[in-house]
Amino acid sequence: MASLKDLRNRIASVKATQKITKAMQMVAAAKLRRAQTAAEAARPYAERMEKVIASIAGGLGAGAPAPTLLRGTGYNGVCLLVVCTAERGLCGAFNSSIARLARDRATALMAEGKAVKFLCVGKKGYDILKRQFSSQIIELVELRGIRNLSFENADVIGRKIIDLFEAGEFSVATLFFSRFRSVISQIPTAQQIIPAELPEGAAAHEIVYDFEPEPAELLATLLPRNISVQVFRALLENAASEQGARMSAMDNATRNAGDMIKKQTLTYNRTRQAMITKELIEIISGAEAL
Amino acid sequence: MPTFPFEIVSPEKLLFTGEVEAVVVPGMEGEFTVLKDHSPVMSVLKPGIVEIDETAAVKTQLFVRGGFADVSPNGLTILAEYAIPLAELDSARLDADVTAAEADVARAKDDESRRIATEKRDQLIELRGVLKL
Repeated sequence: MASLKDLRNRIASVKATQKITKAMQMVAAAKLRRAQTAAEAARPYAERMEKVIASIAGGLGAGAPAPTLLRGTGYNGVCLLVVCTAERGLCGAFNSSIARLARDRATALMAEGKAVKFLCVGKKGYDILKRQFSSQIIELVELRGIRNLSFENADVIGRKIIDLFEAGEFSVATLFFSRFRSVISQIPTAQQIIPAELPEGAAAHEIVYDFEPEPAELLATLLPRNISVQVFRALLENAASEQGARMSAMDNATRNAGDMIKKQTLTYNRTRQAMITKELIEIISGAEAL
Repeated sequence: MPTFPFEIVSPEKLLFTGEVEAVVVPGMEGEFTVLKDHSPVMSVLKPGIVEIDETAAVKTQLFVRGGFADVSPNGLTILAEYAIPLAELDSARLDADVTAAEADVARAKDDESRRIATEKRDQLIELRGVLKL
């Protein structure tokens, strides 16, 4: 049986851990609020963008050829999976659930005989995926030093994707990230970005627009930007989800530590009392023997 | 003067939303002013100044770097690639943009993208001249 000193040390160490998890939870809560406002502020832009593209594409008519970013290249043998995860761990199942979704999709695609390539954003997803797909990962984009995500960060990734697309490296791109629903619920999501998926029914338009420049040229400038916008939205949703996941994970950890402290304090007291009783018995029986 | 709903959003946030009397938009093929009941237009923007007239007395100027304007019967929406109030724009910011645009020109792989990049760079340089920064 553990001595009293051991027990005391163990309790002290659990208490120290609890302090850390508690602090991390509080930091995550503060960051969450900021990330959430950023994610919400970015929503109108992404939504309007989708609407505008849908209405131009609708107005394009069947005659004009749509850009390949919109209708695809017609050949879909190579898929690019853009996996966005966090840079840090200790946030519950956040990273692994995104990676799992991507891995399942990759395995399914490979079973169909398609080639799969990865572009990892965030180190944690890369760490998980490289075990199985190390040769298929084209690049890892780290966002470690960045405190406030700006559109420029997403634009860099968006341009990379488009450069790869134009070089004929792949024909279908899917974005993996975690949609932020609430602090306790983050949904790993796969979103196809090339060819662009347009909201159903939005194409039907009655208004006759004047276009400046021509619709085809307009689409050519808008579609690449849309990729960056979608990446940006994914990154912001991810940032909010990460903090939410970390907050609830750390809340759980703090509660667990509390339970453990309670249990160990009980054992400690029991042992202490048992020792006192034992000493008393020894003294009494010693006195009686006289 | 009659007013119409207007919104300007950048990827980071919603910069302005409300009823306005007139907005001057720096369109790719020339500046134009949008008043109530403007015919529907979709236009790409060049780097420049968006002037918002809430009333004749209350005016706001925003610097936008590229983007997109959508004039529909429901009002005007500007999707700006990047937008800040003109007062916050300084020469360092603009110089950085010109440098970035020059890098784009150097990066361009075909004639079409080079033409677009060059155009954007020239517009930025012109704007810098106009603003005298």
